[in-house]
Amino acid sequence: MSAGIAPARAREAALLGLGAVTLTLGAGAVLLLLGGYDPVAAGASMLRGSIGSWNTFVSITLVRSVPLLFAGLAVALAFRAGVWNIGAEGQLYAGAVGGVWVALTFTGLPSLLLLPAVLLASCLAGGLWALVPTLMRLRLGIGEVITTILMNFVGIYMAAWMVHGPLQEQRGVFPQTDRIVEAARLPALIPGTRLHIGFGLALVIAAVLAVMFRRTRLGFQIRAVGASPQAAAVAGRIDPARVIFISFLASGAIAGLAGGAEVSGLTYALYEDLSDGWGYTAIAVALLGGLRPGGVVVTAIFFGALQAGAGAMQRDAGIPAAWVDVVEALVILAVLGLDRVRAARAAAPTGEGGA
Amino acid sequence: MNQIELTLFLESAVRLGIPLALAAIGETITERSGVINIGLEGSIIAGALGGALGALAFEGAGLGVLSGAMAGLLVGLVFAVFAIGLGADQIITGTAVTIGGLGMTGAIYQARFGATGTELSLPTLAPVAIPVLSEIPLVGSALFAQAPTAYFAYLMAPIAWYVLFKTAWGLELRATGEAPAAAEAAGVRVRLVRFMATLFGGAMAGIAGAHLALAHAGTFAENMSAGKGFIAIAVVVLGRWNPLLVLFAALFFGAASALQFFLQALGFDLAYQIFLAFPYVLTLAALAGWVGKSRAPAALALPWEPHR
Repeated sequence: MSAGIAPARAREAALLGLGAVTLTLGAGAVLLLLGGYDPVAAGASMLRGSIGSWNTFVSITLVRSVPLLFAGLAVALAFRAGVWNIGAEGQLYAGAVGGVWVALTFTGLPSLLLLPAVLLASCLAGGLWALVPTLMRLRLGIGEVITTILMNFVGIYMAAWMVHGPLQEQRGVFPQTDRIVEAARLPALIPGTRLHIGFGLALVIAAVLAVMFRRTRLGFQIRAVGASPQAAAVAGRIDPARVIFISFLASGAIAGLAGGAEVSGLTYALYEDLSDGWGYTAIAVALLGGLRPGGVVVTAIFFGALQAGAGAMQRDAGIPAAWVDVVEALVILAVLGLDRVRAARAAAPTGEGGA
Repeated sequence: MNQIELTLFLESAVRLGIPLALAAIGETITERSGVINIGLEGSIIAGALGGALGALAFEGAGLGVLSGAMAGLLVGLVFAVFAIGLGADQIITGTAVTIGGLGMTGAIYQARFGATGTELSLPTLAPVAIPVLSEIPLVGSALFAQAPTAYFAYLMAPIAWYVLFKTAWGLELRATGEAPAAAEAAGVRVRLVRFMATLFGGAMAGIAGAHLALAHAGTFAENMSAGKGFIAIAVVVLGRWNPLLVLFAALFFGAASALQFFLQALGFDLAYQIFLAFPYVLTLAALAGWVGKSRAPAALALPWEPHR
């Protein structure tokens, strides 16, 4: 199934993405007009708030794109393997809790040990959150769509409980943890900006995934199982269960890093509503990026800009920031629609306008 | 637990179960036709806002419910156009419809009532006690002193069951979900059947949303659907795609949700957030314990292209 939404060639994927963005911006402008807003003013404040200056771009847009990048890569990896992991949101929260717990517990460790431990803990926690749906699919044959969504709610409430209960800050007033020690904080990637090393780490993971998909046996197996588990098992003598297990857990671990990097690189504490639905936005990010690591990097930054711009739009033009969710939905629908049109044209017999 | 507490518990169990039942009965019909609509959540929240705005505009909760049904149907239509009309992936389409539904209702609500969210006071759907039946000890008032939408759910479950299993329509619908190729060969218009089944599911989810706003909360709040669409889809699985069992499964989940308030009231010292997570954990556990014994429609989630 995932083969249908992952175009075979990078150029096709890029064209599809551009088409989808154009359609979305058009539809978004019409919706804004219908809502009685000025689309030109909205667009202007959106651009100012996202790429208006170098500092805006780095410290707001790129910073906003970091969790989207991690989570988008996680979703792309899962979807490539035919695993419908809609659970990046819960895995992100689990990762944030795991990371912040290590950072608050092992305060005496030097940074060289503590930082990797924090990130590793968020990977493990995210993977653990994916383990439940993974086992339910592989052992009991229960589809992962519903189970991952249910785990999202459990994850969000678990994090909420942590900041109200076991991990609440010393004075017990605010629903948040204490700030983590200096040694557990990710350093700045570009000195003088808020952009942290997490961005670089996400780029490294994107590169690793790209090489894995193209050059390794596992990458081939993932693509084969994603296209058809039966065919992969029969023709390729691949064990689909093993491939699904690995990609599902790896997807959860990368989504967990989204949460870990956010608390350790930006907020330095865990809050109740840390994520603004990033795990769901990640689905739009992954699809618009053609489920390709390189594409996901571009679209994550694009969505980072959208979210940064939406904030400015709300301040300057009084347009509800919830519009960004509508734009996300439109992007997904545009990708799906254009992809179907592409598939129909590819399938059309020659001589019937198929050239 | 004394009798008054028990009665209160049963009452809130039914009240919380009704929106799940409404949405899940609709989704049962949709899934029986071979379509899984993850966008149900979007239809529910649209139904809640549609119901609220309708009740304000027409100054009556009854027409509000109708507006909610229309709003839910409209969202179902968007899903159907992409997932059935274009044959796009149902899971991803449904996810987009949910994100879009939550965003759109939030944007409309903020545009109309301000970002701070002034508390709306809506004409509410008052409970109607059914004579005699509501006098039954213990369960009477729980089941038969509810909002009219509850009675609609009680009625729709057997009706949906009858249509599904005892009529030619139902046979065509199930054939569409089990063996679309065979259904098409027998002259059934597979995509049309799926379209209608999906619109019905959207409208039912819309009524569920209207119930939330008008019978339950008496107001609209952003994201007030709170994942009920997803739980409803799990309820369909637990009810084994049978509308009557689905009604019971929904009431069971209502009871699970009511338990959280109840245990709290009884003084169980557990954090509030744990209670909030409880229905979701229970849903997962129930899926793990039950689902092995049931089977989804064979062609569920598979797009269909007619052969001309």
